[in-house]
Amino acid sequence: MIGCAAAAASGGCSDLTHTSWFRGRFREMSDAEKKDVIADLEKQHSERFAKAVTVGAEPPLEGVEFGYALDISRCIGCRRCVYACVEENNQSRDPQVHWIRVLELDKDKGIDLAHANPYYDAEKVPRDGHFYLPVACQQCQNPPCVKSCPVGATWTEADGIVVIDYDWCIGCRCCMSACPYGARHINLMEPHIPAEELNPKTHYLGNRPRMKGVVEKCTFCIQRVRNGRYPACVEVCPVGARKFGNLLDPSSEVRYVIEHKRVFVLRSELNTRPRFIYFYGL
Amino acid sequence: MAAVTTIRLFAQFVTGSMRIVLRGNALYWLWISFLLVLIGAGGIAYWSQLHDGLIQTNMRDQVSWAYYIGNFTFLVGVAAAAILLVIPAYVYQWKPIKEVVILGELLAIAAIVMCGLFVTVDIGRPDRFWHLFPPIGRLNLPSSLLAWDVLVLNGYLLLNFVIVTYLLFSLYRGKHPDKRIFTPLVLFSIPAAIAIHTVTAFLYNGLAARPFWNASILAPRFIASALCSGPAVLLILMQLLRRFTRFHIDDRAIWKVAELMAYAMFINLFLLGAEVFKDVYSDTEHLVHMRYMFFGIGEHTAIVPYMWLSVFCSFAAFVLFLIPKTRAHPVTLNLGCVLIWIGVYLEKGMGLVIPGMTPDTLGEIYEYFPSRVEFEVSAGIFSVGFLVFTLMVKVATPIMLGEFRIRGAETAEHSAPMASAK
Repeated sequence: MIGCAAAAASGGCSDLTHTSWFRGRFREMSDAEKKDVIADLEKQHSERFAKAVTVGAEPPLEGVEFGYALDISRCIGCRRCVYACVEENNQSRDPQVHWIRVLELDKDKGIDLAHANPYYDAEKVPRDGHFYLPVACQQCQNPPCVKSCPVGATWTEADGIVVIDYDWCIGCRCCMSACPYGARHINLMEPHIPAEELNPKTHYLGNRPRMKGVVEKCTFCIQRVRNGRYPACVEVCPVGARKFGNLLDPSSEVRYVIEHKRVFVLRSELNTRPRFIYFYGL
Repeated sequence: MAAVTTIRLFAQFVTGSMRIVLRGNALYWLWISFLLVLIGAGGIAYWSQLHDGLIQTNMRDQVSWAYYIGNFTFLVGVAAAAILLVIPAYVYQWKPIKEVVILGELLAIAAIVMCGLFVTVDIGRPDRFWHLFPPIGRLNLPSSLLAWDVLVLNGYLLLNFVIVTYLLFSLYRGKHPDKRIFTPLVLFSIPAAIAIHTVTAFLYNGLAARPFWNASILAPRFIASALCSGPAVLLILMQLLRRFTRFHIDDRAIWKVAELMAYAMFINLFLLGAEVFKDVYSDTEHLVHMRYMFFGIGEHTAIVPYMWLSVFCSFAAFVLFLIPKTRAHPVTLNLGCVLIWIGVYLEKGMGLVIPGMTPDTLGEIYEYFPSRVEFEVSAGIFSVGFLVFTLMVKVATPIMLGEFRIRGAETAEHSAPMASAK
């Protein structure tokens, strides 16, 4: 591991990137290297945002595979999940990046994405004749994005979360072309987050501040769920439409939903096999 | 000692080539200056994109690949087209074409250089380009098609570079290339050319999320259109060389290439028709991409005129190249070349990538049209390609004509160098 100091000597490690040019792949780092890199990052971010920022590297928990279930009969399209996600996961405020896109659909057309409207007015929901379908990363078991990445910068963790190494991504956007859910987003410019709005509790593979030119997406709030908390969108949902838990635990809420409700997955014909399912709770 | 002599000769060859490049008439320097100005403008535009990010382009999350990648795709086709000349020359031993195969190889080199530049300007983190090059980087093989593309494109560049350098250096020394080395390399370039285009097609083809691309006809369509656009450049170039140098190019070679292009254009149009039929007759939701391409959706009609222009040019060129009289007449021949170039360029540069992403996977229509920065950067890259090509042709021509030779080497006979390689 060549640290930031060495990179600085060759002109790397600049403000332009907020990252060491020579940083290797997170997956291949030894524990000692990870510790060094994280110490570097915490220092950089703490200075930049003038508050104590932590960067976690919590590994997957044993015996856990995360799953998500969303009740489309309850969702009212209020977009609170969208904004809670932005705050929790440090998405850029300018330009705006949203990991969750809520689609307004016509009741008489069903799940017909060709007629979906993502730009409805969230002050006026739920509107007559419409229902709402929030879409984010489906954490596929057969993820086309992971397959397409030319440099192996994105992969599935043992707990089922598809993650991105922001320091290895080259920004080619193959994964965005491959994703059937529009879940991946490119940082078209240097992300801007006001220092007071930064969530200082971060994870290396999740909500740590990103840089210009890399791709990002939902990680089920990896920084929360690996510490036994719910994702921010689950907590904020005012109608309880969002359920989250361990697919390997027979007593978990997601397992209950799968066994007792009628569920469906988005774009099942593409064989992506999402860990994110939709259901009709009512 | 032989190795040392060869290295010394090679050094002479390189310095001699430099001298040729730096010698030229007013027209030559005007052309070079024109290219340099465009390269400079492109460089300035790219600097602003580097500084601010991809926001300087009109690409967004919804249309995340666009003009740059379209140009890349088009140029992979141009690069692959060298095979159209190599096949009849070497497989069927058709002599009139053999002399001009080298021009195809040079064009392939210039095109691949442009491909590399287009990918570089397209990626969000060009400073991490090295991640694509093992052992310091890592290629996600075998699953990533872009990783395969990096391999085959670099391989193809190397192959053509070796072929051209070996041939020219041999002729410079007054020797014939050793056919035990040369012929296998040239023959290998045929499957290599098909490979670069097939892999590039698969890059789109493999994406089930994008029904417009997820059609098995895509790779054959790529090859057919490449066999039109690449030779179109060569035909014009061959005539220019014939006029301005002592380079002898048989009329029959030009007509033969034009005839092959007519067949290729027929297959290209036929495959397009097959695709249109499938989408229109089955009338599923996937038709929306083709509708966007040819008719627009609501007020979103930015690319529609270009697509009809492309179809018109391709059809017109097909007719011109099909009729023996118009294909032999210099005016209609060159008109046909220009029409083909426009037709295929619009189809690959705009018509493939943009409708594939409009509407996006969640049904949203973001109307993309290239930004000024994208146009300037692209013009700069094309200028780099033309510059590379011009300089290579400038050196290759006197070598092929036997005017640029090592001192003391026997003056080359007037026979065609490529033919004597056999």
